[in-house]
Amino acid sequence: MEQLSVKHLLGIKELTENDIHLIFKTAESFKQVINRPIKKVPSLRDITIANLFFENSTRTKLSFELAEKRLSADILNFSAAQSSVKKGETLIDTVNNILSMKVDMVVMRHSKPGAPHFLSQKVNARIINAGDGTHEHPTQALLDAFSIKEKLGEINGKKIVIIGDILHSRVALSNIYCLQKCGAEVMVCGPHTLIPKDIHLLGVKVEHNLINALKWCDIANVLRIQLERQDIQYFPSLREYSMLYGLNKEIFKKIDKEIFIMHPGPINRGVEITSDVADSSQSIILQQVENGVAIRMAVIYLLAAQI
Amino acid sequence: MERQILLSPLLFNHTIERLSHELIEKHNDFSDSILIGLQPRGVHLLTRLKYIFNTVHQQEIQCGVLDITFYRDDFRRREKPLIPSVTNIDFIVENKKVILVDDVLFTGRTIRSGMDALLAFGRPKSIELLVLIDRRFTRELPIQADFVGRTIDTLTSERVSVEWKDIEGKDQVLLYTPSE
Repeated sequence: MEQLSVKHLLGIKELTENDIHLIFKTAESFKQVINRPIKKVPSLRDITIANLFFENSTRTKLSFELAEKRLSADILNFSAAQSSVKKGETLIDTVNNILSMKVDMVVMRHSKPGAPHFLSQKVNARIINAGDGTHEHPTQALLDAFSIKEKLGEINGKKIVIIGDILHSRVALSNIYCLQKCGAEVMVCGPHTLIPKDIHLLGVKVEHNLINALKWCDIANVLRIQLERQDIQYFPSLREYSMLYGLNKEIFKKIDKEIFIMHPGPINRGVEITSDVADSSQSIILQQVENGVAIRMAVIYLLAAQI
Repeated sequence: MERQILLSPLLFNHTIERLSHELIEKHNDFSDSILIGLQPRGVHLLTRLKYIFNTVHQQEIQCGVLDITFYRDDFRRREKPLIPSVTNIDFIVENKKVILVDDVLFTGRTIRSGMDALLAFGRPKSIELLVLIDRRFTRELPIQADFVGRTIDTLTSERVSVEWKDIEGKDQVLLYTPSE
């Protein structure tokens, strides 16, 4: 297990269990690096990486950018809002133009599911999927699983519930694949309208009652309601959603059990989670962000090694 | 493949003990000095040195281990990616006299990476180098050791292997020469 089995990171679905462990092992070393007085290593000084964000992002974009800088790679940033995409250029043309400037790797976020898979077949560069529509967000799942491993010691046999808008969430799908490959049991919890009808075929438990879900789990991963992806109304009001599926201190008093809370961000305080829970000692939200840089460094490092 | 013993178990241990005496001559009580073993194989020599300091000299020395994977200059020039080992330096390097410890000095590239990696922890007062085996005339960089167990003349095609009792079963240094 010294090399990744894939040439691109398109999704967790394509990774093997060994790949995931190799990424974790490498990330542990990078976590040491980013806690040193000098947080930078020279490994990738001959690599150029383009960050193509066709969809808005703050955390993921900053995290990738920082990971690339910590590895000494040269970087190009691109956001669709100020580009020729608006003038009608196709995706392949855009990327090929960037690649002719001698770019080795592309980190891409796109609103269309499968866009990075399509690109990986058409262009000559390593592709890292930084989120494709409602499909996958592999680095988020890796950093979530890494944070669970760090907190609980191992993932195998642990119980994780993903709460909220499963239907529109790429984080949910990637997390399900990743946690299952690491041997965890996964449950999804949310209103009927936000849970895909056939999701049990992936081998996950489905629960519609928040209290039951929390009583079952070791870790709760809370998702944001993605209003921007919802074309119809899936629930009567945010207030009602928050009353039935929002995490607050009162609920934790009822379940009488120590569980850890995760959230991929951005948080809508007062909707899916209240401030007193998000800022409590049970919450590992900020550790997730720190681990995100180490995980992305590991993924970029391991993919660059094969160029 | 022809095999030749460069250091037998007895000589092996005498050599390391002599190195420890040389260190004391120069660094006295080690109040300002620290030993740092380079991962992976330099760490075994460091462990042995530490043992000799504790048992023979009844002296405590400050030790750390350093992984240099991310500082190597042959990343992407090898077939397989380099997988890192642990770094453990839980003290301040600033203004300390650092002695880097490795088993074999060959091209000098590992030591160059080691110095780079060490500087990420601060600015030491000085850096010295201790090796068990110095393969003379094979250097690709202008790097020399300050403390040498044994100097040998080898061809680049030959391979030197330092073996340890707790890992390979026997303390010895072997030279492998490819048969023609």
